Parts: sequence; structure tokens; C-alpha cells
Amino acid sequence: MPRLEEHCWSCSCPTRMKAEELSSASWVASKAEEMMSIVTSVAGHACGSLHRIQTANLIRRGLVLFTIGVFLALVLNLLQIQRNVTLFPEEVMATLFSSAWWIPPCCGTAAAVIGLLYPCLDSHLGEPHKFKREWASVMRCIAVFVGINHASAKLDFANNVQLSLTLAALSLGLWWTFDRSRSGFGLGLTTALLATLITQLLVYNGVYQYTSPDFLYVRSWLPCIFFSGGVTVGNIGRQLAMGCAEKPHND
Amino acid sequence: MTVRERLRQNISAAFYRHGLLCASYPVPIVLFTSASILTCCYPLLKLPLPGTGPVVFTTGVRDYTIPYHEPQGEIGERPEWYRGPPVAYIQQVLVKAAVSPWDNTLVPVDVFRSPIGRVFSLLEEIRNHVYTDSSGVRSLESLCLQVTDLLPGLRRMQTILPEHGCLLVSPGNYWQNQRDLFDLDSDLLKTIHQHEPKGFHISTSLRDLLFGVMKEHTGVSLYSKKRVVTYTITIALSSYDPRFLGSLRARLKQLHPSLNCTLRDDHMVHVHFKEEIGIAELIPLVTTYIILFAYIYFSTRKIDMVKSKWGLALAAVVTVLSSLLMSVGLCTLFGLTPTLNGGEIFPYLVVVIGLENVLVLTKSVVSTPVDLEVKLRIAQGLSNESWSIMKNVATELGIILIGYFTLVPAIQEFCLFAVVGLVSDFFLQMFFFTTVLSIDIRRMERLWFLLADLNRRLPSPHTITLQAPAFRNLRLPKRLRVVYFLARTRLAQRIIMVGTVIWIGILVYTDPAGLRTYLAAQVSEQSPLGESGLPPHLGVAPVFPGGDPTSTLSVLPAPEPTIIPENHSNGHDSLGHITPVSPQISWGPEDEDGWKHLYLRQWPSLFSYYNITLAKRYISILPVIPVTLHLSPQEAIETRHPQDTRHQPPPIPRTPDQQNDLTLYKVAALGLAAGVLLVLLLFCLYRVLCPRNYGQNGVPHGRRRRGDLPCDEYGYSPPVSEISPLLLRGHSMDIECLASDGMLLASCCLAGQIRVWDAQTGDCLTIIPNNGLRRSSSSGGWEHRDGWDPMTMPEPDTLSGADTGACLEGAECDGYPLRRRLTPSRPALFVDQPDLTPLIDTNFSELPPSQKPPKNGFDFGELVDRAYQEHEPSPSLAFTPSPTAPQPRRPSVGDQPVMSPDPCSPGPTDWDSSVWAMELRGNLIAAGRSSGKLELWDAVEGSLRCCNEDGVSGITALAFHNNRIVAARLNGSLDFFTVETNKPLGAPGRGSMPPSPCYRSEDVINCQLTRSVQCAHQKPITVLRAAAGRVVTGSQDHTVRVYRLEDSCCLFTLQGHSGGITSIYIDQTMVLASGGQDGAICLWDVLTGSRVSHVYGHRGDVTSLVCTTSCVISSGLDDLICIWDRSTGIKLYSIQQEVGCGASLGVISESLLVTGGQGCVSFWDLNFGDLLQTVYLGQNSEGQGVRQLLVLENAAIVCDFGSELSLVYVPSVLEKLD
Repeated sequence: MPRLEEHCWSCSCPTRMKAEELSSASWVASKAEEMMSIVTSVAGHACGSLHRIQTANLIRRGLVLFTIGVFLALVLNLLQIQRNVTLFPEEVMATLFSSAWWIPPCCGTAAAVIGLLYPCLDSHLGEPHKFKREWASVMRCIAVFVGINHASAKLDFANNVQLSLTLAALSLGLWWTFDRSRSGFGLGLTTALLATLITQLLVYNGVYQYTSPDFLYVRSWLPCIFFSGGVTVGNIGRQLAMGCAEKPHND
Repeated sequence: MTVRERLRQNISAAFYRHGLLCASYPVPIVLFTSASILTCCYPLLKLPLPGTGPVVFTTGVRDYTIPYHEPQGEIGERPEWYRGPPVAYIQQVLVKAAVSPWDNTLVPVDVFRSPIGRVFSLLEEIRNHVYTDSSGVRSLESLCLQVTDLLPGLRRMQTILPEHGCLLVSPGNYWQNQRDLFDLDSDLLKTIHQHEPKGFHISTSLRDLLFGVMKEHTGVSLYSKKRVVTYTITIALSSYDPRFLGSLRARLKQLHPSLNCTLRDDHMVHVHFKEEIGIAELIPLVTTYIILFAYIYFSTRKIDMVKSKWGLALAAVVTVLSSLLMSVGLCTLFGLTPTLNGGEIFPYLVVVIGLENVLVLTKSVVSTPVDLEVKLRIAQGLSNESWSIMKNVATELGIILIGYFTLVPAIQEFCLFAVVGLVSDFFLQMFFFTTVLSIDIRRMERLWFLLADLNRRLPSPHTITLQAPAFRNLRLPKRLRVVYFLARTRLAQRIIMVGTVIWIGILVYTDPAGLRTYLAAQVSEQSPLGESGLPPHLGVAPVFPGGDPTSTLSVLPAPEPTIIPENHSNGHDSLGHITPVSPQISWGPEDEDGWKHLYLRQWPSLFSYYNITLAKRYISILPVIPVTLHLSPQEAIETRHPQDTRHQPPPIPRTPDQQNDLTLYKVAALGLAAGVLLVLLLFCLYRVLCPRNYGQNGVPHGRRRRGDLPCDEYGYSPPVSEISPLLLRGHSMDIECLASDGMLLASCCLAGQIRVWDAQTGDCLTIIPNNGLRRSSSSGGWEHRDGWDPMTMPEPDTLSGADTGACLEGAECDGYPLRRRLTPSRPALFVDQPDLTPLIDTNFSELPPSQKPPKNGFDFGELVDRAYQEHEPSPSLAFTPSPTAPQPRRPSVGDQPVMSPDPCSPGPTDWDSSVWAMELRGNLIAAGRSSGKLELWDAVEGSLRCCNEDGVSGITALAFHNNRIVAARLNGSLDFFTVETNKPLGAPGRGSMPPSPCYRSEDVINCQLTRSVQCAHQKPITVLRAAAGRVVTGSQDHTVRVYRLEDSCCLFTLQGHSGGITSIYIDQTMVLASGGQDGAICLWDVLTGSRVSHVYGHRGDVTSLVCTTSCVISSGLDDLICIWDRSTGIKLYSIQQEVGCGASLGVISESLLVTGGQGCVSFWDLNFGDLLQTVYLGQNSEGQGVRQLLVLENAAIVCDFGSELSLVYVPSVLEKLD
């Protein structure tokens, strides 16, 4: 399961990257399809083993998370693109739709997996997450996450170290403000590390090309974005899980 | 630790004091806060509005230097974007050319072919111009803005726009700047037109770009009347070299002198462009805003347990927003100008500042004990949360400070805004929001107090669970409440309209080419100090802010330059002779600002073709170089293309505006279509928002057919309830009077039988029979009347029944005419009265004439009553509201002459007279009879406890309040009785009599007439209501009177109706409403006796009236139930009732209305007029309408239809509601 999720994350990374270029789209597309099929089969197995109601619940949550992931990927992608394009809308739209079509679905899948993994991990560790469990806080978290992306896309930093440090501080602030759980931190960190690693591998294989690798041959801000993304999606997933758990209880 | 504890205590104490302060002086503090918000927002006025066009700044050419990047000392006049070099300097050469003198042999194409042809030589001249001085040789190539490729999407323009070279555009670009191609071109217009975009476009077209002037000013048209061609050669320069430009200007002027030119050449205009928002930027922006709204929604949803959730949510949002505005304002005040895009960072600022503190505050305050004083509650709530609030603020400040040290300028600026915003937000929370919260809590408190008070005052032991309106309101769908509120007040429309008007006004005013310049120009022109002697179009250099040399007439619709002879004399010397048809080239002020009509889109679009954005940058426009070309007809003929002559001159010279007109028509048609669409859209929106067509009389509900389920306007028909109401049967005839005190229910039928029911179980407890009915003599008459329809009461029946009844009395039959003659003359006060003359007998020999009837003597009232009966169905009805109202049936029973009444009270009573009014309190039934007798019955035992026969006129209405009974009589008098209980032990009950409504059976009850107001009204009293220590009577004489219950003193006589009073409502809260025969409803202030509002609602009488705290419900003879807003008097909506059921309505709680229908009762949500549920009362009752409806205090409803009663328990309905 984690391996899969890493794969997905690796695919989703370029959405949050600057100025990537797609070199071999067909190969990636086939690979993505392969991955998707694996994901669906594994998810099907996982679902089958669970209780029926829980399964429906799970699927519903997964769908919601998937949608959120796709939407965020599209929007953030747009945010990254617009920096390099001028005022012509058709150009933007063309760029948006010509570049890797499989990115949003992969992002969605990754979001679903992470969002389901967080509450699962919580229950396994036996420490239910109680800190600021409300939709308002979740919305705030999403807004801050979009803001971090916005900042990384739009602000002019003096150098890349500064950019990375700022983003790292912001991500940590996000975690501390909205999460504050060990499991969240751990999972976010793991996600970030593995995702960055796999992005790097893909780049090495020539799927992507960076315009400028800056710091230790890595785009150093990538892990920060992944980390905050993981925390945000985990937050949503937890809230969804709680909402679903509470509803039957109320009835 | 101790330091922390002490700090905590101090903070808590400070917050406590602050809370006390806020709750004590709410209004001054709110005013102070609003003033400070406005003060802090004042600097924002300097910031540009969103949506305004480019900003213009003008400097002199002579001392021009490239502005520095860093702001210099005196920034005062310079806008802050005026820093660094511009993107480009624009040098335009404005060419005006004409073939002169005009010759009739010329064809229309000659107007523009040769003038345009001259552009190539001009271009050559410009390109080859060199300026040599000591520093070297400079040519255009070295100075101009070099451009590279066009954008990939613009391949079709590749042949036209220059690439890889100087950005120099002119009409020659159409022919690749080659004279040969131009000469070969057979149709110039076609060439020009083929690059025009199809359809409509708002942005500049290629033609505008190349010609550099507006399309209609170019003169390139076959139908041009002026025959002057205008175009520009536009050169974009990357660096500014005054000497080169000066020499170019001099050269061109020397070659093509334009002597009459008055254009000024000493000012350059800098145009700054705003950032353009493309769709790529819009989507993330919209997303962040959606997230922001979701955040606000989820946050404010948590506000609970307050009086007005929406008010508080609004206050919370206002707090955050105005704190942001304050922060921006303050930062602007102290010199820090926002360079970030405000729209982009705004959501993040809101999220950073957050609504959390506000919510925490609210929660803490509402969770304090309710019984405390408001001040203390606020203070306690504040001090409870003080520590966490302070901690929160400190943490956020710390985080933001850390952000400040990232040393990224943008983040630093953001953090600065956030810090100031946080501080001002804290300030606003503490002052504004806390105060608003205290106001809200106080309102809530008042409500609680009122409720508690009401509950305390209610004599009944039952508590009405539905009474708390706060609880019921909380459960209502908020979405609907908002929509209805918006619909009722039309708030959204008004705000949008006003906002749009203000916005447009400001835009028009501040536009560079807008109203302000025009006004300023007008002022400067008209002032005697200005150049008043000059003609307006020559008015040079009007006073502009910033020394804008733009023309005064810019807003005038394309003024044609008028020719002033002395101005043009010089210029026309070279032309020799001037024929009237000859085109004349004149330079007017409108040439100077030709760029003004274009600059909105022209420059950005031109530069964007080369991927250069002008957003947030500026360009400098140098003064134009005027070039005048006069071409001879020979030249024009020489340059002709062979095909040009094929264009025949148009047979009828069309107006030069033909094309414009065509465009105008197109625009008008499109505008009309758009307008129609908009209207339709708005109409749909309006229908969606306001389904209740308030303010209109009569909702076209459509009469429900019997058996049809009633449904509301959406076609939604709520389920018919499964519950079966309790049917109370036993009466043999139609039920006349209903009375209840919650526990017991008394009903009286036409037959005079009084039954007492248990209101809880529906068991019949007591029957007080009318003994007179048992007499066989009158039974025939009664049976005859059995089949009466209450709506159509036939007069003969009444008479015959009465006559048979009377004549079968035997001896009475003889005495009858005799007594008829004996009737005393009543005071002739009434105009609208039956003719009583046959009753007057002048034979006084047999009996003594009596102005006042003897105590035990004859009852003349009966005769008069009878006369009233006969008179009744006539249109000039005296005391009944209408023929169809249920009231007319009442006196119809009292036809039989009175037996000699027994003076002894506990003895047998007169069974013959019928009960006209009945009241029930405790276990006593007060019954007012048509004979004028007041009887008190024990409801449980069915025994007559007391009887009073002080009055002779029939009792039309009764009010039983505590131990007092008020009886209104037919002759307009009002009697006040006191019920006294004498203990059997002999203890004097007068002083020690408890006001308890329960009278034990062993008590001796005495009913004494304490006071009788003889002429309370001049006509019969129709309505009598008592509440809150007041007795209110309404009469046929169009007046309402208010009496004090204790001393029967008349407090007010309320005049204002133009018809008899038919219904009155008064309750414990001293709300008084009255409705009359004129269909008017008046609301009165009982304390002052003044009329609060006056509305006309019904066609015909108002049959019943009920008030709640927010609205007034009235029903009329038109079977319409109208719901009015109590404070404003606006009709909210109306409900069409079934025929004959209009008067039956009752209010169960603040928001639940019950109405009767054909065999059913319906429950309505009072706030929105939604039909909630319909309860059918039984199989056999379908045909009959509910005539009376009584709401008991344990929320059961008693309906009277025919001879049956139905008990419906409301809780079963409410379960379904929730």
C-alpha cells in the first residue's frame, strides 16, 4: 500500500512544480494506466475484506478525497503555469490541457490514499485525533495550503535556499497549527521523502526535465510542498472519517 | 509559574472590567468603534478603485529625465508607479492629408489612395533620418524598440506586423511597407478590411493599431464627406534622445509644414496600466475565495444560542473585514503602500486573522449562567476566555514575526499587514463585537424575562411547551429565513443597485477622459479669469490636476473642427484658392488627444503581440509630430489603380455616418436582446426569491375542491396525518358558544344546552339542560329549525318559529300585543335601527309608563330584541357584522317571551331565553342570556350557583377575568360584576377572597353588579375583550373604548374606523388591534391611546384578529387570511380560505397558525406561509366547514362544526414538523 501511494505521489509532484516539460507522454500514460489498475485492484481487495457499510463509507470518502485532489491539482497547476505565460487565455488553456493529462487523476488517487491512510493510522496507533476537529479549521488549513503554493509560485525569492527555508517554515507552521500529532508529522514526512525520491527517480529516467535543479540536485522546495499537502489531505480525511463515524451514531 | 499565574489573573481581571464597560455603555462604544474604523479607512480613499482604466501622468518635455527607481525627495506630485524608465516611448507622427482642391473629375477612391500612398515616402524619411553630433551618429535603428517574434498564435499577422526589428507601425504595414504592393492593390478597402476580426469585438482591432486613430476619424471611406485622411505613424522607442527626436520633428515640419497647427509639443504623457487578470489567474483566485467563504460559513455556523444568529455572524464578518481595511488604511497612512495585489492576498489575510476568537467569545458568553445580569454575563464570559484569547493572539503575532524575518519583501509586507490587521482585529473584537454580543444577549434576556413573566401570570397550571419562540426559531431552516428576509426587504436588489450606481458614478468621475476633466474644463472656461475670449475649441491648457494638457472637449461626441477664418488664413495661403467643396485640413484639439480614445487597449494589445506585458508598467507618449500633406489632383490621378475608376460614385451620397449607424443598430439590437434576457433572468430570480407575492391582495391560491388535498404554491402537499381527532358529540343542534380554560371546555348549542367536556380526554362531564326545551309547546318550532343552514337564514322561518313558539304559550299570546304596546321609548340614539314605532303604545292607562323596567316586572328588552330580529336580514344591519358571520345566529334563539323571572338567584332560571355569551373560568361557567340575565354555573356539578338579573338588555358579550365579569349588553351598556365567595363558615370573603379561579362547591358565590356604565356606547356593543387589566369594547358606533377593569373607568375612546367594530384583539402585552366593517385593521397603543398603524386589508368585515410578537393575522368576510408585519404594517402574504371558514383561525405558538377548512384543520408555518399539515376531522364532517376554532392552552384545538366538536392535539403535528 505505501509503495503504491508513493507512486501516485510521484506522479502528482509535477503538478506542483515549476515549468516542467513532458518528454515521453505515451510511456507515462501507459505506466499511469498500469498503476491505476493496480490501485483499483488493491483497493477492491481492501474494500472486500472490510465490512459492508464501512466499505460504502470508505468508497464515499475516497471519492470525495479523489475529487478534492483532482480539483486542487488542476488549480495549483494553473497557479504554477500562469507565471510563465502571458495574457492570452487560449495559450493558458492549451498549456493546461496539453501538459500531462494524467496528473490530476494521479493526484486525486494520491489524495484519496493519503486521506484514508491518516484516520486509519490514527485508529491503529490508538490515539484519536482531537485537535481542532471542525470543518472551519479544515477550510483554514486548505486555504493556508493554497497560500503556500501561491507563495512558491508568485513570490520572487532572492535565492533558492531562502525559498526552501521559507517554505519549510510555512509547512511546519501548517502542521503545528492544524495537526500537532506525531502520526501526522511522521506520515507527512514519509510522504514527502518518498515522493521526492520517486520524483527524482522519474526525472533521472527522463520522464521530466527540470529547468534548473538547484540544491543537491533536487528542487529543494518539493518536500515542503509535499509535506504540507500530505498534512492538508490528512486533515480532510480525518474530518471526513469523523463526520461519517458520527452520523450513524447520531441516528 | 507564579508570574504566569499572576499574569493570568491580571488579564482575567482586566477583561472582566472591560466586559462590564462594554455591556454598560453599548451605544457609545459602538459609535466610537465605528468612528475609529472610518477614520482608519479614510486613507483608503486615495487608493485606486478596482476597474478604473489606466492612470495618466503628465510631465514637461523640456526638463524630462528618466525617473529614478527609488523614490526621490518630493514624491508629492508623482504617482508612485512613476519610477524607472518606461517600457517604451511612443512617438507618433500624425498625418493629415487631403487632395486639394477637390475636383469633380475625381473618384471617391482618390480621397484616400494617394494620401495613404504618401506614407511610404514618409516612412523612408523617418527610417533614414540620422542625427549627427559630437557624440556620434544616431539613427532610428539605434533608438527604437527592437522586437522579436510575434507570439505563436498570431501567425496570420506575421505579414503585417513587424518582426525582428523596429516596432514601427503605420498603414503601410498592410502592404509590407512596399510601395509596389500598394500600387498593385486594386481594392485598398478590402485589404484593410480583411484583417478586421469578424463579429463584434471590444478590444482594438488591427486597423486601429495601424492607423493609430479611431476608425471613424481616419476618413478612409468611399463616403467620406470631409475628404481628409488621418493616420499616424507610430514609433516605439526604447530610449529617449531629445536631440534626435527634435531633429526628426524639425525635419518633418520643414518638409510638410502645418502652419495652422496649434498642438502643443511641450508635454509628454505617461500612461500606467493595471495588471490584467486573465482566466489563468482568475481560477485560483476564485478557488481561494470559495475556500474563504466555506471557512466563514463553517465558522459562523457554530454561533448558537443567541437571539439573532445572522446578526452575530454578520458582526463577526464585519469585525474581520473592517480590521483588514483598517490595517490597509493604517499602513497607507504611515507611508507603506501596498504593492501586493490586494485581491490575491486578501483571503489569506482573512484566514490568518481568523474568526476563532470571536466564536470562542460567543461560546463563552452564552455558556455563562442565564440568571445573571447581562453585564456580569458578558464580563464573566470575557474573563473566562481571556487567557486563551491572549495566548492565541500572542502566538499568531509570534508566527507572523517569524515570517517577517524571512527577509522576502513580499512576505514581509504580508506580515506587516497581518500584524496590523491582527492588532486592529483584537481591538475590534474587544470593543465592537463584545458590545454587539451584549446587545444581543440583552435582547435574548428580555425575551426570557417576558416568557417567564407570561408563564408566571398565566393562571392555568399547564405550561405551554411551544411558547418559547426562540427555540422554535432556531429550528427553522436558515436558508429559507435568509431568502425570505431578502425577499421581504428586497435588500439584495437595493444594495446591488445602490452599489452599482455609486461605482459607476465614481468611475465616471475619476476617469481621465471623464466627467471631472469636463467639469474642470467647464469651470475654467466659464470663470472670468480663464481665457474667456477664446472660442471653446481653442481653450488651451485648462487647469488640470497634474497639468494635464488634454483637451477640454474630450467628452464631447467627436466635435467637428469648425473653421475659424483667421486661424486658417495662413495655412491656406499655399492652397491658393479655396472652393467650398475643397477639403480643408484643420488641427483641432481633438487631434491632440487622439491617443486618448485608444490607449485603453491599444498599447497593451500591441505590446502583447510581442509578449511584452504592460501590466503594472507604464509607457511614455511623446508629443505628436503633425504632418500636413496637400496633394494635387494630378497626383491623385497619377496614383490611381486602373480598377479604381470602376467604383462609381454613389448615386445618392449617403451620410458619412452610415457605417457607424449600422454598427449602432447592431449594438442597439444586441443591447436590446441582452436587456430582454436580463429582465427575464431577473424575473426568474425574483420569482425564486419571492414566491410570496407580498403586497398584493389575494393570492391566487385557487379554491380547493372538496377532497383535494390542500397544497401550497410549490405543489407540495404535505401528508395527511394519520391521527384521528377526538369527536365530541352530544349536542342536538348547532353549537353556539365555546369557552374553555384549558382544563374544561364548555359548549352551548342553539337549543340552550350547555355541555362541559374534559379538554384532555374529551369526556362529557356535565350537561346543563335547557328545561324549556322539554316543553312540548315549543318543540315543534325547534324541530322546524333543525335543518337550518347557518349561511342562509330564512327570515320566515325565524318568524314562524318565533310566532309558533309565542302563540303556543297560550296566555302569553294574549298578552303579547298588549305588551307590545307597552314598550318604553328607548333613547333615540340609533340611526341604523329597526323601526320600533309599532312597539310604542300611547295607551298608558293600564300600566304605568316605565322608563326603567321594574325589578321583577316585564322585560321590554325582549320585544326590542325581537324587533331587531325581524330587522336583521335587511342590509342596513345594526349590530351584526354581516349576514354570513356566525353572530347573527345568536339572537335568533331568543324569540320566546320571558316567563316571569324568579328573583331568587339559586332558584329555577328562565330556560326560555337563550345563551348568547358564555365564559369559563376555573369551574364556573358564566352564561349571558338574551334576557339580560347573568348566570354562574358550576361546571362540574352542573348546578346554578348564582344569578344576577340587574340588567334587562340581552348580554351580547362576556368577559370573565379573575373575579370580575364584564357583560356588554345589547343596548350599549357595560356592566361590571364582581364574583364574591362567601365561605360557609360565615367569614367575610370580600377582603380575603383569593383571586384563585377555583371555586369550591361549598362556597356561596355571590355575583354583584359593581358598576354599570349605561351609555358605554351609543350602539350595541359587538366585541368585548379583557386582558392585562383592561377591558376593550368595540361597538357599532365605530369606536373602541378601553376601560380599566378595577374601577371600570373609561380610559380612552379610540376613533379611527369608518365602520362598526367587528373584532378586537388584546393580550397580556397590551397589544391592541381592532378590525371593523370597513375592512380596516388598526393597531393601537394602549398606554397612550394613539393609533400605531392603520391598514386596509379586506373586502368586507374583518372577522377575527390575532397578534403575535411579530405579526398580525386577520381574517375577513372575503375568506382571506392576511398576515401583516406588525411593526411596518406591510402585508406579508395571505391565505385563501374556503367559503365560510374565514373566521376560524388560531395561533398556537409564535410561528404556528391553525385554520379551519371544509371538514379539516390546516397548520401553517406563520413565518413563511407554508402549509405544514392538514388534519381531517372525520368522515361525516367533510361537508361542513369549521366555523369556530378555539386554541386551548394545552395546545389542543377545538373546532366547532355543526353540532360536533373536535379535539385535535397539536403535539402530534409538531412531531411531524420536526
